[in-house]
Amino acid sequence: MQMNTSPLYRRRQRTNLIGLTLSMGAMALGLVALLWILFVLFSNGLAALDVSLFTKDTPAPGSEGGGLRNAIVGSLMIVGLAVLVSTPIGILAGIYLTEYGDSSKTAEFTRFVTDIMLSAPSIVLGLFVYAIAVATVGNFSGYAGSLALSLIAIPVVMRTTENMLRLVPGSLREAAFALGAPRWKVATMVSLRAARSGVITGLLLAVARISGETAPLLFTALNNQFFSTNMDAPMANLPVVIFQFAMSPYDNWIDLAWGGALLITLAVLVLNILARVFFREKVRT
Amino acid sequence: MTVTATMNSTHSSPSSAELPSANMVAVARRQHFQDVIFHRLTQFFSLLVLAALVGIIVSLFINAWPTFAKFGAHFLWYVEWDIINEEFGAAISIVGTVFSAGIALLLAVPLAFGIAVFLTETCPVWLRRPLGTAIELLAAVPSIIYGMFGLFVFAPVYADYLQVPLQSVLGGMPLVGWLFGGATNGLGILAAGIILAFMVLPFVAAVMRDVFEITPPILRESAYGLGCTTWEVVRKVVLPYTQKGVIGGIMLGLGRALGETMAVTFVIGNANRMPTSLFSPGTSIASVLANEFGEAEGLHFNTLFALGFLLFCITFVVLAMAKWLIIRAEKAKGT
Repeated sequence: MQMNTSPLYRRRQRTNLIGLTLSMGAMALGLVALLWILFVLFSNGLAALDVSLFTKDTPAPGSEGGGLRNAIVGSLMIVGLAVLVSTPIGILAGIYLTEYGDSSKTAEFTRFVTDIMLSAPSIVLGLFVYAIAVATVGNFSGYAGSLALSLIAIPVVMRTTENMLRLVPGSLREAAFALGAPRWKVATMVSLRAARSGVITGLLLAVARISGETAPLLFTALNNQFFSTNMDAPMANLPVVIFQFAMSPYDNWIDLAWGGALLITLAVLVLNILARVFFREKVRT
Repeated sequence: MTVTATMNSTHSSPSSAELPSANMVAVARRQHFQDVIFHRLTQFFSLLVLAALVGIIVSLFINAWPTFAKFGAHFLWYVEWDIINEEFGAAISIVGTVFSAGIALLLAVPLAFGIAVFLTETCPVWLRRPLGTAIELLAAVPSIIYGMFGLFVFAPVYADYLQVPLQSVLGGMPLVGWLFGGATNGLGILAAGIILAFMVLPFVAAVMRDVFEITPPILRESAYGLGCTTWEVVRKVVLPYTQKGVIGGIMLGLGRALGETMAVTFVIGNANRMPTSLFSPGTSIASVLANEFGEAEGLHFNTLFALGFLLFCITFVVLAMAKWLIIRAEKAKGT
């Protein structure tokens, strides 16, 4: 066989080489971006990470030191309530879409709308919750903040529950029906139980997603300079505190902002990695 | 020997299977009742999402109505933002939103394409999952982190190594010079576009990689059999086959970029003036909302709701088209 060394062949080979090298470069650029962000976060945040971050409250403008205790506690409470609310709603809605709705028009439309709500601008959701939960009641509250976060989390939980339930083989359900189980038992004790690790993964991803959301909390939970566990009033929370502190001229505020940013990113990354590892291990066993 | 469940009755005697006992009927009735409750309960929850969507549109529109009533359709292209005299126009915010999102897509789409090609074609198999996960972790990082990164780290580097050289080299040129005028302080429309590109990149790359992977291997192998290079296979076989999915992924990225708040607010400069160059500060709808909502009242308050309504409509349309395209792409493959 003769080696093909015609100019056309050489040009095609060159184009191929350039294209593949550029694509490798794009991958490298993406990795560099990720590593750069993580490096910056760790180097700036670790300096602020010490015990006082967890024991002191947010400092007043101009005063020294301080910590993020009220913001951390507030975030945990708001996110916790949002998860408590969105988990049953999201899972039950996902069960409806798989077990009952399946290919009906309403179910198709609900899926369509859910996917759009997944990527909708979170600040608009904040405006909506302001209109219905803050303006009507008359004050900002942690409850409104949780409501806004639930509105973001419910579509995520719904979609992952539905996707995971679809993976359960139909023969499992049919066996349960053949034994005379009522439909709700088939849905919860057979299908959901079989898909349970995937659903938990979806929950972890939803928690990771709402822990970092700032915009919806800006108009709902607002912020609180002091330590408070009263959900009926403005509550301190990490993202809004970071937003306020980062754009400020005070050095200790900026340091605290980096510390808070590191905390949030660690939480989000740990949840994401946990979700992936957890799910993969369950699939293997 | 009491019959306690339906299943036992079929084993006891053949004749009793024809006439269900009162006990069995009671059990069946109770289970049917439980089923109905469960059905309606889950249906109610799944309809909550639809109700939320309708509620959002209605509440935004009601609160925005005074502004629409005062300015009408003229609001969309009115270049003005005067809080004292209550003269508002959406043009400045819309321009900032659209341009920063456009720049983000311009930068992110080729990079995402390159990443997807690398992950599906040239990457060694053992490296595919870790690298794919790394790119997905970029998507998981909250947007406020991107904002802080943009303001404190990226802006100085960008000002010294990108803005100053660009301005000195291209600033004097006849046609494109005006694009690079303005102060080189690290903020502006271009800075916001670049940070948004970082944010949007993982979403577009993930969608592209997923649709590239679904391409039937037989199509690829036929092309290789004819002597195509890898690049030619991607360009002439994979890309045309997946074009609907790719466009859907791009529009998904666009939808995200349009609605992004925190990353943009930190670096766009937050000036309520029409931007005159890539380096000049501007504002986007989301950043106007984040900055001004806290102290807004009267017509200003209604105008912010009007901007929110516009943003929701724009992103809804973009995301609906993206979803429709992706569904069409999946249907064409029979999945």
